[in-house]
Amino acid sequence: MSGTPPVRVVTLYDDVMNVYADRGNVIAVSQRAKEYGLALDVSPVSLGDRLPADADLVLIGGGQDREQRRIASELAGRGEQLRAWAEHDVAMLTVCGGFQLFGRWYRDHMGEEIPGIGLFDVTTVAPGAGWPRCIGDVVAKSHVTGLGEVVGFENHAGRTYLGPHAAPFATIEYGWGNNGGDGTEGAVYRQAIGTYLHGSLLPKNPTLLDHLLEAALRHRTGTDIGLERRPAPYAERAHASAAEVARHRAPRFDGIAR
Amino acid sequence: MRQRTALLAGRGAGEAARRLGRGGGTALPGLVAGTLAPGLVEALAGQLGHGAVTVTGTNGKTTTAHLLSTVARAAGLEPLANASGSNLERGLVTAYVDAAGWSGRVPRARQRLGVLEVDEAALPPLWPRIRPRAGVFLNLFRDQLDRYGEVDSVAEGWRRMVARGGPATLVLNVDDPSIAQLAEESPGAVVGFGVEDPAVAIEGSEHASDARFCRCGARLTYDGIYMGHVGRWRCEACGRVRPAPGVAARHVELGRDETCFDLSVGGEAVPMRLPLAGLYSVYNALAAAAAAHALGIPVAAIASALGAAGPAFGRQERFDVDGREVRVLLAKNPAGLNQIVRTLGASPTPPVVLAMLNDGIQDGQDVSWIYDADLERLAGRVGPVVCSGRRAPDLALRLALAGIEPAAVDADCERALDLALAHTERGARLEVVPTYTAMLEVREALARRAGGRPYWEREQR
Repeated sequence: MSGTPPVRVVTLYDDVMNVYADRGNVIAVSQRAKEYGLALDVSPVSLGDRLPADADLVLIGGGQDREQRRIASELAGRGEQLRAWAEHDVAMLTVCGGFQLFGRWYRDHMGEEIPGIGLFDVTTVAPGAGWPRCIGDVVAKSHVTGLGEVVGFENHAGRTYLGPHAAPFATIEYGWGNNGGDGTEGAVYRQAIGTYLHGSLLPKNPTLLDHLLEAALRHRTGTDIGLERRPAPYAERAHASAAEVARHRAPRFDGIAR
Repeated sequence: MRQRTALLAGRGAGEAARRLGRGGGTALPGLVAGTLAPGLVEALAGQLGHGAVTVTGTNGKTTTAHLLSTVARAAGLEPLANASGSNLERGLVTAYVDAAGWSGRVPRARQRLGVLEVDEAALPPLWPRIRPRAGVFLNLFRDQLDRYGEVDSVAEGWRRMVARGGPATLVLNVDDPSIAQLAEESPGAVVGFGVEDPAVAIEGSEHASDARFCRCGARLTYDGIYMGHVGRWRCEACGRVRPAPGVAARHVELGRDETCFDLSVGGEAVPMRLPLAGLYSVYNALAAAAAAHALGIPVAAIASALGAAGPAFGRQERFDVDGREVRVLLAKNPAGLNQIVRTLGASPTPPVVLAMLNDGIQDGQDVSWIYDADLERLAGRVGPVVCSGRRAPDLALRLALAGIEPAAVDADCERALDLALAHTERGARLEVVPTYTAMLEVREALARRAGGRPYWEREQR
């Protein structure tokens, strides 16, 4: 791939939205790009920083409630640009709290509404006391062509509901998913993916990792050159082991609201 | 009468569990007795002549409590401790129930001092029942988010507890802003401890940093980071600043197996050699020293007792297996693992490593946390690394991404131990880095191979 211009990766608030090890996604992207001989240009963008003029891949992870609140208003000011990027098929992976803030709004357990950027047509409600957090291993089947099974670990209080214009990222086999009720997991809009899966997600889902890299490369070069898929033996074994653990101890989704 | 029955039942259950060889029976008596007689702990706690000290925080509870017990014993007190990391309510009730005779009286109660390590989340509901005279707060890092929830909620629970009275004297790590700022809620006495040596600050910062923001909402500024978010912090927005510690370590020298520093307590300084490695051990020793100081133990006595202390269970314990020295370094969360990374990175020769990742309730079912530790810092600084534990494949992947190709991957503890020992030359060192339940398993295997005995036979007192 020499001669290809560097793929521009923007990591959003990775020093604030960083509690659930979503940094592993950045590490996986960097290492995989190296294996494919792709040059990367990674720009961390946090509170007070400017967004670069363009990007090919955007990553944002999950944070605690307080941290999510801290970035919400600034993120709102960047909504227009991020939505425009999504319209132009910039690849995005938004996880947990990041996914919630890329939705329309998040209503906390006190009923206060935090506006999101509305990139995904989803809304999230944090139920009050007495409702369990959605915590545990996940196995889901992705609706994105060619992705197949995804595995990860979810840990969220908020219940996310898809609006009429939203498509789910995956269907839950084991675990809670968006809300524990409708069997959906995450959301997809063009090349942007929202999900609740940590784990970290990209290291042990090499097919998804390659899919995002390809989408980013497509955005960068304007041509669908595609990657000659390389094996990922460590990732595949970790994927298999995580899936086995989930099937063994996570609740099988049975279509009944929990 | 009811308390007596509860004591009998509790002790009976513990005895039975130990005889059946089912673990140490370290929580069962508490569960039984606590259910039968609420109010029992309050009654037993009231008997101790020297009251109790609680030790809490994400990392270092067991070692700090162990060091404080050692110092207290050397000073002529008789510590009553909850052993083996059994630090939820049941474990504490068990410690008291086991100490009380069949009569319900704690023998030699006048000399006794409770030294209790308490889970971060368990402390707020427990303190009114124990009424500790001093509460040690070590640090607050992200840890097992699937079990504890978020770091913020733990800190909030502590603040409310301290505002309502809490432990009479607060022993606080001034280098951790979320701990140091507890002093603002406290009407009582505060003893601060911290490191005063910019030379041991790390270069750059660690990823797993959990209190980057001040209570006022602004981002904190650091004039040196010792670990995670622990260091010389200040807030340029509101003027809050790390308070000067009354108990401090100066001129710190970090060795492979020991640490030298000047222990200064209220202006008095004593050079000491701590037989434990790593800056995190210095913090644990400082916490124990600060608590002992709050109890009135003289600094010279503190330093000499700390200098002669052995390791706590599974924390830097060493075993001789076929002429190879095996050290166990428990790793439970990113901050703790970063400390181990730093310790291993300072080895004179790259050590052979057996890394073990389990995903039980006590380990954290979510293994994501290994991505928050800066394992990249180990690349090129370790010899062969063998991966084991229930989630060995996740660990192998993490290491490979960090640029460390595993020498072998085997989920089975005994086989992995064989492989790691085969990579270790006679006279050389094998470093075993396990999560909690993996530590229990590998430690038992090591003790057996080294001719040791199970822990509850060694630790019960």
